[in-house]
Amino acid sequence: MSLQVENLTVYYQTLRGEVRALEEATFGVADGEIMGLAGESGCGKSTLANSLIRLSLPMKLIKGRVLLDGEELPIADMERMNPFRFERISIIPQYAMNALNPTRKIGKMIAELLRSRQVDGAGFLPELKRRLDLVELSHEVLDMYPIELSGGMKQRVVMLISTLLNPSLLLADEITSALDVSSQKAVAEMLVSFRDREFVRSLIVITHDISILYQIADSILIMYAGQLAEKAPTEAIVHAPRHPYTRLLISSLPQVGVKYAEKRLTGIPGTPPMLLDPPAGCRFRERCPLAFEKCLQVPPFIQVDPGHFVACWKEFETDAQA
Amino acid sequence: MLKLEAVSKIYRIGTFGGKELHAVSNVSFEVEDGEVVSLIGESGSGKSTIGKLILRLLSASSGMITFDGVDISTLQGPVLKEYRRRVQGVFQDPFSSYNPIFKADRIFRIIKQEFFPEMKRGEWQERLEGALRAVGLNPDQVLDKFPHQLSGGQLQRFLIARALLLNIQFLVADEIISMLDASTRIDVLNLLADLKSRGLSVLFITHDLSLGYYISERAVILYRGCVAEMGATEKIYARPLHPYTQMLMASVPRLDEKWKVVETRLKAQESELRGGCVYYDRCPVADRALGCDTFRPPLVEAEQNHFVACFRCGGA
Repeated sequence: MSLQVENLTVYYQTLRGEVRALEEATFGVADGEIMGLAGESGCGKSTLANSLIRLSLPMKLIKGRVLLDGEELPIADMERMNPFRFERISIIPQYAMNALNPTRKIGKMIAELLRSRQVDGAGFLPELKRRLDLVELSHEVLDMYPIELSGGMKQRVVMLISTLLNPSLLLADEITSALDVSSQKAVAEMLVSFRDREFVRSLIVITHDISILYQIADSILIMYAGQLAEKAPTEAIVHAPRHPYTRLLISSLPQVGVKYAEKRLTGIPGTPPMLLDPPAGCRFRERCPLAFEKCLQVPPFIQVDPGHFVACWKEFETDAQA
Repeated sequence: MLKLEAVSKIYRIGTFGGKELHAVSNVSFEVEDGEVVSLIGESGSGKSTIGKLILRLLSASSGMITFDGVDISTLQGPVLKEYRRRVQGVFQDPFSSYNPIFKADRIFRIIKQEFFPEMKRGEWQERLEGALRAVGLNPDQVLDKFPHQLSGGQLQRFLIARALLLNIQFLVADEIISMLDASTRIDVLNLLADLKSRGLSVLFITHDLSLGYYISERAVILYRGCVAEMGATEKIYARPLHPYTQMLMASVPRLDEKWKVVETRLKAQESELRGGCVYYDRCPVADRALGCDTFRPPLVEAEQNHFVACFRCGGA
């Protein structure tokens, strides 16, 4: 197991109190696994990713631990995390492609980055060029400024930079959302090829677009309002989901071939709860058509089928009857 | 009702405006009463420019846009205001459409001041609440709030309600649901479709092909300012003819099938537009013998209600 997260609970400290953004997250990512992480905005998916690599204020670790390749990560300690960052665990943050330094040429930026990690930039050049070929960027890109590149090209540059030192785990946060469909496909497929070529061992791909995950992910973890709802192999999430939220979410997605006039899709009524003072128990309770008294307690996140975890009392009940 | 005839928009770029950027070239299509037309294209295809031209936020370099037979470029003063009473737009980012230091319902007050100064307060309030209910909002919960207290979906529906207050006949919906969450976006989409049954025409601008299919009867596929393919939505989706449309269809992530292994050529560095087909640089089936590199293919009717601009597909 490449990554093991146990009872990870992270709150944001604000003047009005604690925002309970991530509660009791327990899951694993296997070697070579591409795990998709999906959910609505504000459900805590970026909080989860950021807390694995840079848990900075106002984030506060309440409890839990994270193991990478059997070694515990000192996630609460900004200084001690430094040797792990970029070398063992790397991230492509949201909007990273717009965060490239506009006054540096790409090549210079990469050289500076490598120097900060005591890697010899000149000796690395052949490998760098080989990887540029893989992401279909010409070598001239090294001599260009970010403004000269298109969105898809910048995103590929960012992917290349964050995987330079072959990290064990790469966190990719919404890297396809600002791109055109053709670039989206290319970027998503490159992520898979990075895994196949072992530039990265495992990946967590965060997106709100489940159809992209269906194309590339081995498993999908669905979050709702700071709680884990369901984790299962991709096929199971899409075709046989067991959490009511996942079911409603999947059935609300418009597909090519579905027309309003023939089949009217429905959204999920209601809105997610405020995490400043969230309701007790299952946080989907108020929007859930199946909710009953038991849902006032937080459902545990347990395995119901091999590799299929779900947190729903109703499911456990039907399972027990079967 | 709305008709574009050979509309082009050329931006002057470069330090002294010495270069030309053809954002929209020679685009013609119509939107009938009560019809939803999807305008589909990638970034830089000119789809938002067309929306702005229709709203008279920009003026066309050549060609003509007519609304109920009247050339909109001639409208001025009170007549232009009357046009805006009938034609409105809603844009992509609901958060940047509001001034964060004022309450969100200020947008309704401005509409009242500008368009209904004579209306009684009670009557206005009734009308406002009716419009909010029509977009699925509860007036007690959403009025008198600041933009940051409302969700993206609520703000977006506010903007649609604002357009409804004016009794509009035509709505330009520019990527209005791309910023919304999956569980709420379908509600906004259904709302548009419901408004259509009340006689509203919608130009639905999007880059998401599945959304375009869900809501529209006709679709226009744009590439670099030119119409690549247009016609009945089912026909385009069932049998895309233009190589660009085919590539788009193959790239759409779907939940019922995986991506096939097809080569998608990435966008080359924007090269100078020559006389040839705009898709020539990326086209896998381009053929010099057909003149792909020297002539711009005209839009021809490949089958009934299905037009395509490609020499390969029956275009002569």
